[in-house]
Amino acid sequence: MLKDYVPPYNATVVQKLLDQGAVLMGKTNMDEFAMGSGSTDSAFGPVRNPWSYSASYTEQTGAAPDSDWVVSGGSSGGSAAAVASLTSYLALGSDTGGSTRNPAALCGIVALKPTYGLLSRHGLIPLVNSMDVPGILTRTARDAAIVLDILQGQDMRDSTTVPAPSSPTELPEDFDVKNICIGIPKEYHAPGLSDETLAQWSRVADMFERAGARVEQVSLPHTQYSIVCYHVLCQAEVASNMARFDGLEYGHRSKVDASTEAMYATTRHEGFNDVVRRRILCGNYFLLKQNYQNYFVKAQKVRRLITDDFKRVFSSGIDVLLTPSTLTDATRYHDFIQEDNRTRSAQEDVFTQPVNMAGLPAVSVPTALSRLGLPIGLQLIGPALQDKKLLSVAHWIEQRVGFPSIRDFEDSSERRNEIGVTKTKQTSAV
Amino acid sequence: MAASSVAASELLYNMKKQILILHPKASCLIRRISTRSSRHYSQPQPRAKSAPEQLVGVVGLEIHAQIHSNTKLFSGSSVRFSAPPNSLVSFFDASLPGTLPVLNRRCVEAAVMTGLALNCTINRKSLFDRKHYFYADLPAGYQITQQRRPIAVDGMLTYSLLGGKKRNQVMRKNVHIKQIQLEQDSGKSLHDDLRSQTLIDLNRAGVGLMELVMEPDMSCGEEAAAAVRELQLILQALGTCQGNMSEGQLRVDANVSVHRPDEPLGIRTEVKNINSVRYLARAIDYEIRRQIDVLQRGGRVQNETRAYDSKTGETVPMRDKEGLQDYRFMPEPNLPPLIVYEDNTSLPTGTDACQAVVVQKIREGLPELPSVKRDRLVQTYGILPEHSFTLVNEDGLVEYFEAVLKSTKKEPRKVIGWVTNSLLGHLKQHDMSPGLSSCPRRAAGTPGNGTHLLFGCQAGVPGNVEVIRQDGLTDHPRAGFGTC
Repeated sequence: MLKDYVPPYNATVVQKLLDQGAVLMGKTNMDEFAMGSGSTDSAFGPVRNPWSYSASYTEQTGAAPDSDWVVSGGSSGGSAAAVASLTSYLALGSDTGGSTRNPAALCGIVALKPTYGLLSRHGLIPLVNSMDVPGILTRTARDAAIVLDILQGQDMRDSTTVPAPSSPTELPEDFDVKNICIGIPKEYHAPGLSDETLAQWSRVADMFERAGARVEQVSLPHTQYSIVCYHVLCQAEVASNMARFDGLEYGHRSKVDASTEAMYATTRHEGFNDVVRRRILCGNYFLLKQNYQNYFVKAQKVRRLITDDFKRVFSSGIDVLLTPSTLTDATRYHDFIQEDNRTRSAQEDVFTQPVNMAGLPAVSVPTALSRLGLPIGLQLIGPALQDKKLLSVAHWIEQRVGFPSIRDFEDSSERRNEIGVTKTKQTSAV
Repeated sequence: MAASSVAASELLYNMKKQILILHPKASCLIRRISTRSSRHYSQPQPRAKSAPEQLVGVVGLEIHAQIHSNTKLFSGSSVRFSAPPNSLVSFFDASLPGTLPVLNRRCVEAAVMTGLALNCTINRKSLFDRKHYFYADLPAGYQITQQRRPIAVDGMLTYSLLGGKKRNQVMRKNVHIKQIQLEQDSGKSLHDDLRSQTLIDLNRAGVGLMELVMEPDMSCGEEAAAAVRELQLILQALGTCQGNMSEGQLRVDANVSVHRPDEPLGIRTEVKNINSVRYLARAIDYEIRRQIDVLQRGGRVQNETRAYDSKTGETVPMRDKEGLQDYRFMPEPNLPPLIVYEDNTSLPTGTDACQAVVVQKIREGLPELPSVKRDRLVQTYGILPEHSFTLVNEDGLVEYFEAVLKSTKKEPRKVIGWVTNSLLGHLKQHDMSPGLSSCPRRAAGTPGNGTHLLFGCQAGVPGNVEVIRQDGLTDHPRAGFGTC
């Protein structure tokens, strides 16, 4: 739909970066309209995880990257791949149900999903207006903090923004964890959680405990309803937000012109992939007068309960929650596409989307490589507007887990290349 | 047995006749708002072939008033009439992805002002919703409106009609205002049948509207026209809407049905495409007659939308768009609830008073409303209510009247007759209005007893009206008014 569309204005977050002297290197690939958790449903083709080409993966598994490459996660997979492959210092993504944290975990980098309303959404093409935030992807927590400082703040053009809390830019080097209490939500022991991810979760929890922090199990009882509730609300908003794509004012327009209605229909059919179309149809169904109360309003009520779960936990002495980011490490592309987009999203988003429902900040931090040599990340969730504190805790973890740099695992064939010409790494980062 | 049934039917017939006689006299009674059963039929009788009781009209109105503001409701584009097509369109108005609505405070104040003037309850908290439908003049595929909780509810408009035998009795009537809501206007489509295309102008897309819903408390075209006229005067006095129907600043759709008093309301039709107050009255009366005709022939009134054709004076069914629409209402997620504050003390700490909409401040700043003005004129000048009614009803006539009084120092009661009859009559003949003039008015000539006034006007041209006395002598200075 927007293949040839060049926006005539800059998003607020982009403009802020440009004003600071940032250089825009390019725009990255993603799932179409941010719908997906693998970056596999794009008009430009799927995104390959840079770790597919690292020696850690190829030598461990004997995999041939070109046929056995793994997905980067999604929907902001291209952005994660750009940062992970050292192409860029920073990339922006969007996070509606985990779309920034998911690929960050699978690509071994840091992602911050800021508190809803902290960063302006002016210029962010909306998926779910009440859950979307621009996401920050960097290689370290301190980089993310620098970027957060530039981007946060109330924007007159976005009526849902709030003033940024005042806090120092620099993250403390010697953050004292003795003062904090880590919560481990028991409902996050989800089916399908790999034993390795579980092991990392325990490892980091133990690390905190040994350092003197309090680590407690907590309960977020409505977690089980979250994914369904998220789907209903997401699809309803999608149906609404996509109504503007009619080919009249901008974007793709079909050649069919028998009537306005015919033109609309074919334009939208041609311009949207089947994932988008399915969500629009579902969303419209939920918004029908006869269904509105039972689906949309019910989902909003459940959303309130989920938000209250978090509120209760954070007001009972817990500072930060520690959970996995994804169920497993990155999946092989050919295995990933065996299931359809909706099923995949339902599975992959389980840890990340409740955070969007509640509008809270969350960070994904890489902790170790799996036995396949692929990254595993963990998620930290904090109370609203405590993004900096969250990053401080993430930084503390970073300093202690010893997550390797991708540089350490350059493609073995390149090491044999004595001429010194750098072989272009094959990534789909545009 | 035959004899008694004849007697019974004769008795019934006499009763029916009695009712027919009684009804016309009852038509002048003032109705109370909430009692639906006391509807009156104040129209000339149709051919009552077999109807035992008269079918009466029931009229409700849906009015869209364009807010008189510098910029649109949710974007910074200017609001202007007759600008080059698509020259007043911002990225948001064109629905470019990533743009967000930003509420215009002046529009909120206008809605609150209008609500207060119409005795509404202002909702401290109101909400915005999306109303979805696909149409070329609606770029986003939805309109932002206030379906769940509008800004003002539950008001009343008091209007006056000149009735009675000599049409000189001022009758006051009430119509209940159900609600006032803020919403976006759509763009304009121009159908080019020659080239089988539709041209879209988005200048109007996103302009702020106040939708006023008037309950079906009216019964005929005259009442509806009077109510709308009064509303126009109020809006113009407030400055919240310029009220010009022909320019589309005020759009009125009528919901018309007929029924017998004490019976449930009939099926209603919606009548659109009405460009003036006069056409409003005609369209409604035509539609009432049409519906009565249909029912009396044993047919059924369809629930449909009809357009008024001013050339034929009839309503015709409009092209049926898509049957019954489901607008899939959804809360507008990009706009938090709209909060207005009662007074400065109820503002949250740290809020600047000029950033917020404070109801009390608006209430204190309300200008003199037409009804108050009328009463004041009667009190001050001792003129009759019906004269005051006419004065206020015509743009600029009050100012002219007061200017004449000032210069000539004549008795108001004498001047008023001249102003409302002779002057106004001549103006209307030449299709001019006394308003719009910024020229100072110096009244000339003294309408005294026996003075016969002649006018020389150039029709349609900024008026140079000379007041000439019967003896042919011109009094100077010249009275000039009309558009300058």
